Amino acid sequence: MMRADLELIYDWVPEGAHVLDLACGDGELLETLAKNKGVTGYGLEIDHDGINACVARGVSVIEHNLDDGLSSFCDNSYDQVIMTQALQALRRPDKMLDEMLRVAEEGIITFPNFAYWRHRIHLGLRGYMPVSKSLPHAWYDTPNIHLSTFNDFEHLCREKGLMIVDRAVGVGDHQGHWKSRLWPNLFGEIAIFRVRRR
Amino acid sequence: MPDSDTLAFADRPTTSVGLVTPHVARFDTPLALACGKVLPAYELIYETYGTLNAERSNAVLICHALSGHHHAAGYHSEDDRKPGWWDAHIGPGKAIDTNRFFVVSLNNLGGCHGSTGPVSHNPETGRQWGPEFPMVTVSDWVASQARLADQLGIERWAAAVGGSLGGMQVMQWTMTYPERVANAVVIAATPRLSAQNIAFNEVARQAIRSDPEFFDGWYAEHDTVPKRGLKLARMVGHITYLSEDAMGSKFGRDLRSDDLNFGFDVEFQVESYLRYQGDTFSTAFDANTYLLMTKALDYFDPSATQGGDLAKALAPAQCPFLIVSFTTDWRFPPSRSRELVDALTRAGKAVSYANIDSPHGHDAFLLSNPRYDAILSAFMSRAARELNLAETGGDEAGKDKASLEETP
Repeated sequence: MMRADLELIYDWVPEGAHVLDLACGDGELLETLAKNKGVTGYGLEIDHDGINACVARGVSVIEHNLDDGLSSFCDNSYDQVIMTQALQALRRPDKMLDEMLRVAEEGIITFPNFAYWRHRIHLGLRGYMPVSKSLPHAWYDTPNIHLSTFNDFEHLCREKGLMIVDRAVGVGDHQGHWKSRLWPNLFGEIAIFRVRRR
Repeated sequence: MPDSDTLAFADRPTTSVGLVTPHVARFDTPLALACGKVLPAYELIYETYGTLNAERSNAVLICHALSGHHHAAGYHSEDDRKPGWWDAHIGPGKAIDTNRFFVVSLNNLGGCHGSTGPVSHNPETGRQWGPEFPMVTVSDWVASQARLADQLGIERWAAAVGGSLGGMQVMQWTMTYPERVANAVVIAATPRLSAQNIAFNEVARQAIRSDPEFFDGWYAEHDTVPKRGLKLARMVGHITYLSEDAMGSKFGRDLRSDDLNFGFDVEFQVESYLRYQGDTFSTAFDANTYLLMTKALDYFDPSATQGGDLAKALAPAQCPFLIVSFTTDWRFPPSRSRELVDALTRAGKAVSYANIDSPHGHDAFLLSNPRYDAILSAFMSRAARELNLAETGGDEAGKDKASLEETP
């Protein structure tokens, strides 16, 4: 069983695609994609245990700090660039979005939705920075320095003139729950976007 | 150096391959070299660790660096104070696990540890080869290693593994004989030397060649060796193998005596260390070999025939690669490994890359380090799994080895 957001992404990656997976973790997604859909490509990761896990399972992984950009990858050299749960930890998420869509025509991005109702209760009613399953850190030691909402990201895509091909939200383990489809910004815990340059 | 590298035979851990005996393979088919000359016949000295399986599919080639040789693991005698140079990574249960793999480690052509080289007898002239030994390149080494593989009945290496200059040989293998390498491990290497790298090599060569005892390379005929030159060459080389931090923490500005002497004798500990390293090396290594090895380093540049396009040069490669660099290596820094990685990704090859935190500079590739050991183990275990390699060993396997040793 893959993480809920990975299950959804799995369906969005076409057969035989050449992909870059930014912050690929232990390589589970890439391995599954390679095995079942003949997908090729590389994972980029900075976590030592993640890199080792990738190597152990035969997933090509490159130690790389995403804040250094993607300059070592050529324009249009991949079909898709995937980035799960890393956008919020980058120094310049907007620039990374540009980079992703320079390297590939299409990008898949997932991030914790800061406007999720539980987060709102934490902040709005209790007056504390939210701590949840998707945002497990305290404010002082969190790697998540650029928190945003479902709406914020849509706004950024519109500003950049990007086409939103697909969007979805995950709530705990049940992605695409009816409430979250209706009010994704309120009921979605994880935001999942598929974007394309026009 | 960590303990595992310096343990005497008597104190060896259970992860040692134990006592080993080198073998010599003879080749009578002439070898055409990159320099245009032909080596009519030659010998390669090599060691093996572990057991070759019946399918001959579990062989791992170890390629050595500038001053390396065939003795990579284990001990030659019970009196040995140190094991082979890569004992940290080769042995039962280690990253290159001899319970699974049959490891082959040789001394390259032009070497001075038993393979044909400048100190060998030249049958055509009746004297030592000396400075007349032809220049050998990384490609020539790989061609000679392929012949050794043929002689051992190894059609395809389960993996070719090497650090520094050894890593360059691994790269060359994947380009020249792509179908004969199932996996490639390139550690602390570079796809080509920088101007600074060549400059350091040239200082080393000049140190040797300007020694009055060098006699244009015919020192053996004058019953001498260019000790001073070789010592200086090693001293300058050694500086490039260590990081500034490693040198600082090892020696700092420590003095050998309490006071300054206001003279040019050894005063600082680092001076004493370098002189000791140089002295030891100058009597143990051949000067002509050192010159040849540094030239092989300088000449290596697979992209040269492809208009500088390394990705194009690597196009023939078929196997998964593991590239490893070390954070404080300034001889072949992480950025050089990354160049190789980027060329491999551009060429669409399977490649993984790890940049290991180590304070030990270039020398880190020789040492044990938890993350380094783990990634090497992960890659080699995956290789063994994909090649369906079972654990070897036991009596029957021992017989296989005996029969192999009888092969002429």
